[in-house]
Amino acid sequence: MNRLDLIACHECDALLRKPHHAQQINTRCPRCAALLFRSSATRLDLIAALAVAALITFLIAQGFPIVELDLNGTTSQTTLIGAIGVLWNDGMELVAVAVFCSTFLFPLVELVALLYVLMPVRSGVVPPAFDLVLRTIQFVRPWGMVEVLMLGILVTIVKMTSLARVVPEAALFAFGGLTLMLAVVVMFDPRALWDIADALRPSPAHRTRTQGGIPRASAHRR
Amino acid sequence: MSYLTAARAGFIACHACGNVEVRAAPRRARQHCSRCGAALRQRQANSISRTWALLIAAALLYIPANLLPVLHTSSLFGDQDDTIMSGVVYFWVSGDWPLAIIVFVASILVPMLKLTVLALLAITVQRRTPWRPLERTRLYRLVERIGRWSMLDVFVITLTVALVRFKSFAVITAGWGALAFAAVVVLTMLASMQFDPRLIWDAVHDESGADTADSAPRRPPDSGPSS
Repeated sequence: MNRLDLIACHECDALLRKPHHAQQINTRCPRCAALLFRSSATRLDLIAALAVAALITFLIAQGFPIVELDLNGTTSQTTLIGAIGVLWNDGMELVAVAVFCSTFLFPLVELVALLYVLMPVRSGVVPPAFDLVLRTIQFVRPWGMVEVLMLGILVTIVKMTSLARVVPEAALFAFGGLTLMLAVVVMFDPRALWDIADALRPSPAHRTRTQGGIPRASAHRR
Repeated sequence: MSYLTAARAGFIACHACGNVEVRAAPRRARQHCSRCGAALRQRQANSISRTWALLIAAALLYIPANLLPVLHTSSLFGDQDDTIMSGVVYFWVSGDWPLAIIVFVASILVPMLKLTVLALLAITVQRRTPWRPLERTRLYRLVERIGRWSMLDVFVITLTVALVRFKSFAVITAGWGALAFAAVVVLTMLASMQFDPRLIWDAVHDESGADTADSAPRRPPDSGPSS
């Protein structure tokens, strides 16, 4: 079947024609102002490069201790996984699972899945299980909370300074960098990849049909 | 300016990939997206009842989340239980008022705001009021955006529990309030995901032929780029 030249706003269902230069500039719904297209969609190289950097930073952030407490010579330090383990052993298994998923599992899955689709798409190939991987990204994205964890680390550090001497460790800075990189990476809307993949699959079945008369989504620079 | 919605025009949009296609005739039949294979739904299934169910569960758990201790400190100077609010008060009296404000906003204000806003949205959608759809959509977007920040206290608890392990001086363990609080955050996030903002707009009466809800595509006037 032919692809229609239409989009429906995901927040108000207004039927609109695709903007002329979809994905090059931020586009909003003229009815409810929902963000329809993000400009970052064309910068596949940038997103892919940042995802690689974020993945490496992620490993450093998870592998090293975050902070060390020094209380009159007695020290105590922890990695994120170590902290989750302590919580688990305290009988807070459910909370431990929630923290593990939101700060370790889901961000990792998102980065790996993004690289899995971005790398082949950049060289013009649609990888196997493309739909499934993109939907996985959409599923895990709202639950990845590295930036919230970063604020949590800072709050903990300030809280601890009244109790003991706090020594920052490698993972603290790694989490800081990771927060910044992920902020850019999550601006990328996986939906754009379906449109890009449509162009890559060169079959006549995927040609777009134009619809006259329906308002075109207006483009705004932000 | 009135807009034709995909539903009224007889189209259906894929929630995953955004592809728009013609809705197949029988309404009950399962239709799958021709591009990505996701199951197509005109609107989120049972959106309002699911939102209510998750919202009520979250509201009930909000009580133990605030009453039960989240941290238990046992030190040389005796034992102490801390709830979320007493943590905020502690920061405030010890002079760390920026920190007190951050924790207060993330752990108390945001969950309350989420519960009230989602209840308001669910009630107005149920009553099909066409009242201020744009503002209500903005409220929904706000809830979607800030919801995650309530996890802040859960992360602070996790790190505190792991760091303060000085066997002879002081040991801090997590309390049941932490579990209830984490559950509130997860449930309210699920509730806002279940809520379908398109239902807000379904109640908006388009002046040009709102009564003709047939599936024949109509042609609304072209809208120029607006700011």
